[in-house]
Amino acid sequence: MTLPAQQITPHALPDEAVTQALTGRNRRRARAARQGHRSAYWMVAPATLLLLLFLVVPVLLAFGLSFTNARLISPNPPRFVGGDNFVRAFTQDPTFLRSLVNTFIFAVVVVPVQSALALGMAVLVNRKLRGVTLFRIIYFIPVVTSIVVISVLWEFMYQRDGLINALLSRVSGGALEGADWLNDTRTALGAIIVLSIWQAVGFHMIIWLSGLQTIPEELYEAARMDGANGWQQFRSVTWPGLRSTMVFILVTITIQALGLFAQIDVMTQGGPLDTTTTLVYHAVQQGYRRQETGYGAAISLIFFVIVLVIALVQRWLTREKD
Amino acid sequence: MSRKSFTGMLAITAASATALAACGQAGQSDGGGDGDGGTTELTMWTHSAGNPAELAIYEQIIGDYNESQDRYEVVVESFPQGAYNDAVVAGAAAGDLPCLLDMDGPIVPNWAWAGYIQPLDLDPAITDALLPTAVGEYQDEVYSAGYWDAALSVFARGSVLEENGIRVPTVEEPWTREEFDAALTTLQGAGYATPLDIGAEDAGEWWSYAYSPMLQSAGGDLIDRESMLTAEGALNGPEAVEFFEWFQGLFERGLASNAGTIGNEEFNNDEVALSYTGVWNALDSLETVGEDLLILPPPDLGEGPKIGGASWQWGISAECEASEGAREYLEFSFDPQYIAAFADGQVVIPATAEAEELSEMFGEGDPLQPFVELSQQLALERPPTPAYPIISSVFERAGKDIMNGADVQETLDQAVQEIDTNIESNDGYGF
Repeated sequence: MTLPAQQITPHALPDEAVTQALTGRNRRRARAARQGHRSAYWMVAPATLLLLLFLVVPVLLAFGLSFTNARLISPNPPRFVGGDNFVRAFTQDPTFLRSLVNTFIFAVVVVPVQSALALGMAVLVNRKLRGVTLFRIIYFIPVVTSIVVISVLWEFMYQRDGLINALLSRVSGGALEGADWLNDTRTALGAIIVLSIWQAVGFHMIIWLSGLQTIPEELYEAARMDGANGWQQFRSVTWPGLRSTMVFILVTITIQALGLFAQIDVMTQGGPLDTTTTLVYHAVQQGYRRQETGYGAAISLIFFVIVLVIALVQRWLTREKD
Repeated sequence: MSRKSFTGMLAITAASATALAACGQAGQSDGGGDGDGGTTELTMWTHSAGNPAELAIYEQIIGDYNESQDRYEVVVESFPQGAYNDAVVAGAAAGDLPCLLDMDGPIVPNWAWAGYIQPLDLDPAITDALLPTAVGEYQDEVYSAGYWDAALSVFARGSVLEENGIRVPTVEEPWTREEFDAALTTLQGAGYATPLDIGAEDAGEWWSYAYSPMLQSAGGDLIDRESMLTAEGALNGPEAVEFFEWFQGLFERGLASNAGTIGNEEFNNDEVALSYTGVWNALDSLETVGEDLLILPPPDLGEGPKIGGASWQWGISAECEASEGAREYLEFSFDPQYIAAFADGQVVIPATAEAEELSEMFGEGDPLQPFVELSQQLALERPPTPAYPIISSVFERAGKDIMNGADVQETLDQAVQEIDTNIESNDGYGF
């Protein structure tokens, strides 16, 4: 009776010797492991299937389409055009370059501000006070509200005679004249950043909170015995304990920020003067509304590569260094 | 609703069991008709969900038609306008289009070129009697026909013009650009902070529909209509640049703005003196302003005043197996009574002279009659090319950028390049 190849260690003894060396108990364990493998495959099958269907296949399709001139609506079959779409994006499409810049500006601001703000909020609501649950709920409400609804509401608030400007002039006694936030090239992207942070910060607060609650109370007690003040406790106990949470939050916020689309589509349609156009918005605009599926796919592919590279770099920078 | 279900019940009792089974799946089969003398199902899509007045008239026509014969049964499904074109594109991709579908006039060439719809082939007596802008053509072939057209005009209060000594323009003698400018400045001085509402806060097709006729009035265009192959010279020539500089100036000088609400509220509340808007807003204004309301032609920016033409129309999908029935239904539906009902229910211009007389608003001496004149004399269709959806999207983007202060020549050159690249990558769209 021989064993399957994978059971043999690299510097294995000849077959018979192995068979004799393996006691009955070992054999049972190997069989159990194999069965364990089998049920594990069954357990990951649904997720794998969905990922294949809705992630891997579309990515491969986009990859294929991006080298053709495929159109959304056309009686003519698509032609292979080589790297034309990519050349066009970087040389003939100023809007694409603007989208690239805007997407990065958005991410560079949102990632640190939103994660810091979320952490601050998490520390605040991580108290054993009466009514603290209410605050958690309040901070979390925007997260479960549809982003489209929120965008429409904020659009009203940002109008020239909207709530925000009315507040400004009321508070300042008429001295402050608010801008036309979404129609001004200087304020449009900032306005979108503010509402996006407000909407998503609650979600990351909850994640930080779950991280905070895994830190054992004894550590704080020990720190207090050593005479550490609040800030020192945070630096030496809380922050190190939040390491893995921090990595998770950093990566998810970055990916979310780079994928900015709904707010733009609802509120500014990329304007004024391309100051709020983003990569995903531009890809949808070109691939769908202007019916150039091939070009849209090329933009999506560029976006995919950028996100992948950034996520990998982040993983590498935050790896466990031991 | 009740009328529909009643006629539906009548039809069902007359129909065979197979037809009954097919009823539950409108849009699934285009009815291959079945042997035992049953009815063939004609599926139909409209964009009228959320527009009860329009839907009620369709249900009346469909009910009447289904009762008038027993070979076909029309089954209607309505979509909200915002999602309608997407539904059609998705349906076409899946080979699942209905037999009958309505579509916005300017998109007809795109869908005809893509092979979504087939030539209409209605009795010429019907299509010849329609307003030219209510008929959709591509490459000299009729693909669609509609019951109505819409029109744009400038709303004003007679008393306000009189007080400020502003001449009332006519179609024969419209305002010149200088006159229009002077009038706006006068009105601004008379206390209207923003005297003109052109609906710039709106988005989407409105931009091309409302402002490309102005561009044409100034001597520019969306595309060179001779060749249909390039926008060079039409969209970025000296006339177009001059027009857009004036357009930009309207906002810079505060004569118009992109704040405010979509629709005609500002005019009805007397916050603006002039409003460039559509026939569909006329009833509300008549109610609030009454006798004082003037329906005026837009200004002549050099080449005579122009307004956009073509509204929603009907066509037959290429994959319809019962196209005979679809034609029969459409011919039935172009009855003047129905057209007049649409005109009055929707406040749109009836597409035939007969229906005009039947309607209570658009006939000789009726309050909205000026719109008929505007539509007949000034309407210009948007360029009938499959490239139109792209042209429209590029135009909107360029127009908004210019409104926000972008360099006019540069923006228009960029727009021309985008349009031309698209036409080229589509091998000229068959031109």
